[in-house]
Amino acid sequence: MTEKLDRKTIITKKMSRNLILIGLILGLYALLSFSFGGNAYYMRILTLASINVMLGTSLNLILGYTGQLNLGHAGFMAVGAYTAAILTTSYSTPFFVNLFLGALLAGFIGLLVGLPTLRLRGDYLAIATLGFAEIIRVTALNLNITGGALGIRGVPYLTNFTWAFFLAAITVWIIVNFINSSHGRACKAIREDEIAAEAMGVNTTYYKVLVFSMGAFFAGLAGGLFGHLLTIVHPSSFTFLKSIEYLVIAVVGGLGSITGSVMAAIFLTFLSEALRKFTELRMIIYAGALVLVMLLRPQGLMGGMELQLEHLDPRNWKGYLENFKNRQVSKLRSKRGDRNGNT
Amino acid sequence: MAILDAQNLTIKFGGLTAVSDFTLHMEQGDLVGLIGPNGAGKTTIFNMLTGIYKPTEGEIFFGGQSLKNKKPFQVTQMGIARTFQNLRLFNELTVIDNIKVAHHLKVKYNVMGSIVQTPAYYVEETDIQQKAEKMLEIFGLEYRKNELAKNLPYGEQRRLEIARAMATEPQLLLLDEPAAGMNPQESKHLMELIRWIKKEFSLTILLIEHHMDVVMGVCERILVLDYGQTIAEGAPAEIKGNKRVIEAYLGDLGEESTDA
Repeated sequence: MTEKLDRKTIITKKMSRNLILIGLILGLYALLSFSFGGNAYYMRILTLASINVMLGTSLNLILGYTGQLNLGHAGFMAVGAYTAAILTTSYSTPFFVNLFLGALLAGFIGLLVGLPTLRLRGDYLAIATLGFAEIIRVTALNLNITGGALGIRGVPYLTNFTWAFFLAAITVWIIVNFINSSHGRACKAIREDEIAAEAMGVNTTYYKVLVFSMGAFFAGLAGGLFGHLLTIVHPSSFTFLKSIEYLVIAVVGGLGSITGSVMAAIFLTFLSEALRKFTELRMIIYAGALVLVMLLRPQGLMGGMELQLEHLDPRNWKGYLENFKNRQVSKLRSKRGDRNGNT
Repeated sequence: MAILDAQNLTIKFGGLTAVSDFTLHMEQGDLVGLIGPNGAGKTTIFNMLTGIYKPTEGEIFFGGQSLKNKKPFQVTQMGIARTFQNLRLFNELTVIDNIKVAHHLKVKYNVMGSIVQTPAYYVEETDIQQKAEKMLEIFGLEYRKNELAKNLPYGEQRRLEIARAMATEPQLLLLDEPAAGMNPQESKHLMELIRWIKKEFSLTILLIEHHMDVVMGVCERILVLDYGQTIAEGAPAEIKGNKRVIEAYLGDLGEESTDA
């Protein structure tokens, strides 16, 4: 009896936590659209940031949590972008359906690519995914249905901040819930030691392929949004450099940290926009900023940690401050101790 | 009925026969030791028993079922758990998460269930948490539960690996040099632990070990391997007196035994 009661209280506690999170997400949406709603330029950047959040977190799921180096994320994005754009321009299916079908196809191709290539490890897998993304791009460049080198022009401008924001929120929500389950732990085990994970009863092939096609699904979804934001889908949008852009987001945010990826996606999107006025120097400053981040925080902004709901509660802040102080003090002390020991 | 029946296992890597004609028969509750000089094929046998290697010839039966074409994770699901000679912990995960991973094979809620967070998800996650804490308590690691596995001292990492294997709730436990790198006091403690978990969980244990005091002290039956061949099998006392064993293995050890 008591056990049942316990379970009930646990569930209601978690449910109320979910309600608070939903409230926060809606609040953030209201705040952003209220403060920047009048400015089309800012709204566009926020939309792009949301799309980058989707790509960064989905890549982090593959790379940061499951340890599979994927250098072809833009390839999956291209599949979603082309599919959704073709559907919108040639058939009059609703926008949401097009996005979803694009994502589904990207996920399916992720499955097809994943099955043979995920037997490879590390650098070999990286090369295979890189090759795959190039195949997608070159195929798009040569097919009639994708518009060849011209790409697909005149894609209606359907992606607005609302679509991008909520799809990004849903993506993050799904990935976080997946990671915080036994299935997510199985993935982390694969990242840490594949042989040991297998010996603990984890079907490593299943999870690697699952995560790969899940990541591809969300990349495809983001690609669909991206195409309808730019109103043109062109092969040059999905080059190797684009894949690297998302790799950078995942690494700068911290591998194995979803909140890190979210922050890095927003930070880097804004940084890249803010540097536009420096024209030629833009990429130098951008790259310099990346080098600086990696030098100061090689583990990424969040370094595998997550920002949690509890951290936002002001009642806990005093405790965190104390902990931080204590850590700094003990760090200083140990440093001094070392020096004394040496002299 | 025999819990483990390995019949005439032979494995060849190219031209090298790593293990030839190895036969092992274990009853429920047995504690068997596998010894032999380095490179004798002990770990190779473990890898065959857990499905990592496929034997070139011969077949393995576990609880009457053949392990042919079973993948390592399926072998674990059937009830064989192992530890590794060189520790293979999930270093960047916390101690408790290391244990929780081992509970994965019992989890019933699926991926969809974890995404929409069904009540079953909460119930099972709470159960896993409690079970994992209990397992850590048994192995005296509860006070370390939120630390990263890599930050544990060596002896505790060894214990954590056994705890992790135990968390899969196996019937047969394979320990690959559990006392490697331990000092005499730690290995003595380990012997007691092995005896205790065997009794408490009514386990069957097969262990590889170089520490003769551990093998002789804890095993009821010992198999001696040399160059992939089984050269002797019997009770510790018999093995101690066996001429071929002394020649192949204990003879060498006699010189080293002063520092062991």
